[in-house]
Amino acid sequence: MRDKILTLIEKNSRIDIAELAMRAGCDEAEVLNELEAMEQERIICGYHTLIDWDKVGVEKATALIEVRVTPQRGMGFDKVAERIYNYPEVSSIYLISGGFDFMVIIEGKTLREVAQFVSEKLAPMDTVLSTKTNFILKKYKDYGTILAKPGKDERELVN
Amino acid sequence: MRNPLSKTIVEIKPSGIRKFFDIASEMDDVISLGVGEPDFDTPWHIRDEGIYSLEKGKTSYTSNAGLKELKEEIVKFLERRYDLSYDPIRETIVTVGGSEAIDIAMRAMLDPGDEVLIPQPSYVSYEPCCILANGTPVIIELKAENEFRLTAAELEAAITPKTKLLVLPFPNNPTGAVMERKDLEAIAEVIEKYDLYVLSDEIYSELTYLDRHVSIASLPGMKERTILINGFSKSHSMTGWRLGYACGPELIIKQMLKIHQFAIMCAPTTSQYAAVEAMRNGDEDVAKMREEYDVRRKYLLRRFKNMGLECFEPFGAFYVFPCIKPFGMTSDEFATELLKKKKVCVVPGTAFGDCGEGFLRISYAYSLENLKIALDRMEEFVKELNEKR
Repeated sequence: MRDKILTLIEKNSRIDIAELAMRAGCDEAEVLNELEAMEQERIICGYHTLIDWDKVGVEKATALIEVRVTPQRGMGFDKVAERIYNYPEVSSIYLISGGFDFMVIIEGKTLREVAQFVSEKLAPMDTVLSTKTNFILKKYKDYGTILAKPGKDERELVN
Repeated sequence: MRNPLSKTIVEIKPSGIRKFFDIASEMDDVISLGVGEPDFDTPWHIRDEGIYSLEKGKTSYTSNAGLKELKEEIVKFLERRYDLSYDPIRETIVTVGGSEAIDIAMRAMLDPGDEVLIPQPSYVSYEPCCILANGTPVIIELKAENEFRLTAAELEAAITPKTKLLVLPFPNNPTGAVMERKDLEAIAEVIEKYDLYVLSDEIYSELTYLDRHVSIASLPGMKERTILINGFSKSHSMTGWRLGYACGPELIIKQMLKIHQFAIMCAPTTSQYAAVEAMRNGDEDVAKMREEYDVRRKYLLRRFKNMGLECFEPFGAFYVFPCIKPFGMTSDEFATELLKKKKVCVVPGTAFGDCGEGFLRISYAYSLENLKIALDRMEEFVKELNEKR
């Protein structure tokens, strides 16, 4: 049941409890209990909203930064990651396989702000060997959702 | 000037569904529960194959009976899903939707005077196709107390020495009724006893919510007596691609192929390439859609129960068929009022045969969100009717 609930709320965290219960095949009280338990267990870590900021006309700059680091003796990558993720400017950080170590996602108001963070905070860290900043120019799809308006129902009214 | 028209075609009534379309399309803010086609887009990987086939320049005719690889995939699909075994070359033909298959099967099988048993309520095209093929339609009225299944007794009672063919339209549009194995076994016995043939329209076979669909052709002795019709429209949400198929005895398929070859040439090539992909990699899409339909089906049944509308539980297709007899209105009156007062468009049961009187066809090929709004409006309508009574 947990799998089912999580799959559903991952797509739509505002789904109403009645529908959630119906789809998960249990009653509403059970769903509420499970939700609360999973929040306690930090399985559910938050409820966010997917926003297309472009449409609001608000300037935002998001960069995907490839970071190469030297892992710390005895502490591996985790300690390095912690030093990076504690900055509020960092919205995501992932340990990555391949040609670099971390993918850091920075959100700022402007390109300058992001660039400044990279050059003044991230790059100078002792353990950071190199950074490569990739700015997002346009978002097409995010978290499984296509940001363009969905097409209209073009079926005949009756057939 | 001479009358340019054929008497046969002039005497055929236009589809009763049309009237509601005409009223509804004049109104704003109508919520329709009236469509008979899926609300999902064709899964992308299938569309992509269609596009890819165009890019590669696959724009010529295929062989009359359809692409060999598609026929092979169809046969494999029928085997893995329904335990059927057909020869892709001699016993399979790809058609322009299930509709064409119905038409050419009847034309291949009927002589003037041959009677065709058509259970109703059912899809609107069997009767006209039968008439156009010079057959004589004989209607069997299905009953709500049997959950709109065809019983052996009903079948036997309708048989005359002229009876040749039984149309078996399950899972059913508009009732959502299914025939389970035991129901089919009883029918098969009668079919053999009277030496009849079956035109089994299984276009909704992938949309069943109790058990997996059983094809009558899979019962002993029935493959030789059955023309099985199916397609991609409902299962893979591919209505606009116009692609279906028929499988049956070589003897009949051969003659169907003749009509198809002269009247149609071949089914659309792009659609056929897309359908190969649907058959090879589409089972999971179908399962997902089926699961979504089932949620909606249960939701509707619960809402109707709460409204006090009597409704048997349909286990197939994407329709429910609630009864509105207690309101003392005909189906047509009820549907017309509901449309005018609450802007909800449904189809009266009578569009699918006279015995659909007292029932409505409600389609759940709509998002749950849409269904909620429509059912809220319908609930108000029923409440107002109850207050008046």
